Amino acid sequence: MSIFLTRRLLQSLVVLLGVSFVVFFILFLTGDPALVLLPPEASAEDIRQFRERMGFNDPFLVQYGRFLAGALQGNFGDSIRHGEPAFHLVVERMPATFQLSGAALLIALCLAIPAGIVSAVRRNSVLDYFSTVVALLGQSMPTFWLGIMLILLFSVQLQWLPSSGRGDLRHLVLPAITLGLFTTARITRLTRSGMLEVLSQDYIRTARAKGVNDPPVVWKHALKNAAIPIVTIVGIELGTLLGGSVITETIFAWPGVGRLSVQAIYNRDYPVVQAAVFLLATTFVLVNLFVDVLYTYLDPRIRLR
Amino acid sequence: MSTTAGALTLPEEVHPTQREWRVFVRRLGRRRTALFGVVVVAIVLLTALGASWVAPFDPIEQDIGERLKPPGWRDEGGRTHLLGTDHLGRDILARIVHGARPALLVGAAAVAISGVLGMMAGLLAGYFGGRVDDVLMRLADIQLAFPFILLAIAVIGVLGPSLTTIICVIGVSSWVVYARIVRGAALSLREREFVQAAQALGGGDGRILVRHILPNVLTPWLVVATLDMARVIVIESALSFLGLGVQPPAPTWGGMLADGRVYISTAWWLATFPGLAILVTVLGINLFGDGLRDTLDPRLKV
Repeated sequence: MSIFLTRRLLQSLVVLLGVSFVVFFILFLTGDPALVLLPPEASAEDIRQFRERMGFNDPFLVQYGRFLAGALQGNFGDSIRHGEPAFHLVVERMPATFQLSGAALLIALCLAIPAGIVSAVRRNSVLDYFSTVVALLGQSMPTFWLGIMLILLFSVQLQWLPSSGRGDLRHLVLPAITLGLFTTARITRLTRSGMLEVLSQDYIRTARAKGVNDPPVVWKHALKNAAIPIVTIVGIELGTLLGGSVITETIFAWPGVGRLSVQAIYNRDYPVVQAAVFLLATTFVLVNLFVDVLYTYLDPRIRLR
Repeated sequence: MSTTAGALTLPEEVHPTQREWRVFVRRLGRRRTALFGVVVVAIVLLTALGASWVAPFDPIEQDIGERLKPPGWRDEGGRTHLLGTDHLGRDILARIVHGARPALLVGAAAVAISGVLGMMAGLLAGYFGGRVDDVLMRLADIQLAFPFILLAIAVIGVLGPSLTTIICVIGVSSWVVYARIVRGAALSLREREFVQAAQALGGGDGRILVRHILPNVLTPWLVVATLDMARVIVIESALSFLGLGVQPPAPTWGGMLADGRVYISTAWWLATFPGLAILVTVLGINLFGDGLRDTLDPRLKV
């Protein structure tokens, strides 16, 4: 068990190292980070002095080492626009993003898992058909379009819900639904197919042949086994949600990391972009590590590998 | 069967692959949803190809006197704006028709790039295993750790937005799903007798990969490619929505949504119709991809 855990931990560290390198390298995509960071009107002399000051003339690996050391201490430099440390700007907004992603995931799980189970148990019924169609539409819809349509309906026409900002629960509803739709659709389809597969297994038939009533059969045997791929998906979906929050936060003016990143890109504020990408990627890696550990409790066969 | 001197007719010899194709098409045709998907995709494709002829107006031509007119509006020339006009007086339908081009172009090109990259990675990882597999899967983990949109906007922000840039960014970032499916298929294929026979006969690894393994991984790869194209189209529209895609005045569905968002309370048609275009296109591709998967290999966990 601990061998597995240590291996997973080391893997995560390697991945984080790779993440830090990619984030570092983004500035070098055009070849000269000084040109990227300075405004277009900067003179050749300004550029030269800037390069000296920032250490861009040092060997590549030395620069990466400096970046990595800084990143581990939470130092990504100061935001070009706001003057404050980039790291703090990002960390300030993490709770808002987590709140939004968490709410979206909660909605998705509460809707999708029952829908998927019902669809599988009552296969080919009207309910199954309906939820399959909705799931298909949900996976085909661009979320930002859904967000705009929801604003049109609930904020403009009906005036029930606010269309922007963060405040009480009413502000959370529309963005969370928008962000959560794709995930809901995905988990519904996966729950349905997972349950269908499990329900057709021999041990379910045996339980039924023994005369066990249907609900206990469904809940005890089927759900426990279908839970494994669902847990895996939740980990992956969190990545989708963190990414999707970029667009949703922009539409609803939700003060999270996603919106900050988009504004930083428009303002060419790259320290902030680097900090944001690094922190979000790190969060994702940690969550997946946690999911994998959880996995070993759900499926004991993994431990034996 | 009558015989005249020397004119005995034999039943037509059908080549095995031709027969397979016919069976496949017939099976696919039986699924109405997949058929619907194919029809939708065909319509979108034809519209994109023939945009200049299909569109009733010029998509870039501005007419400030006709701005923000609702759907069905007739202008002074007697022509009808079926879906209305936008804030610069441009016909919405024409812009939607022309917007199909960047969407499908980016979709096809990015899928081609990531498909090839992922296929190569998957073949190498699955067939050789060991160290190669470890390294490639670690690279995949690193790729997947990034929220894609964030990485894309960071890179595009540095490189500057253009059609080539978004195709490359999306293409290079999406290889993992192809690699995974090809790797899985290659892993099981390398244990099969015909591969082992080829190895015993002295076939080089490269030759085995190309002649024996690759043709057999094409099926799952194709399903993934189809479904991925749907995803890429949505991503392209998201990037255009943020202003990081093909630049104005060239019409893109995402760009139209961004424009329409500003006028949502006064002119709902600006944002509604481009979004519907995306929805219908992606739905069609998804239905087709699902049908493809169910026809070729229902056990595929894709």
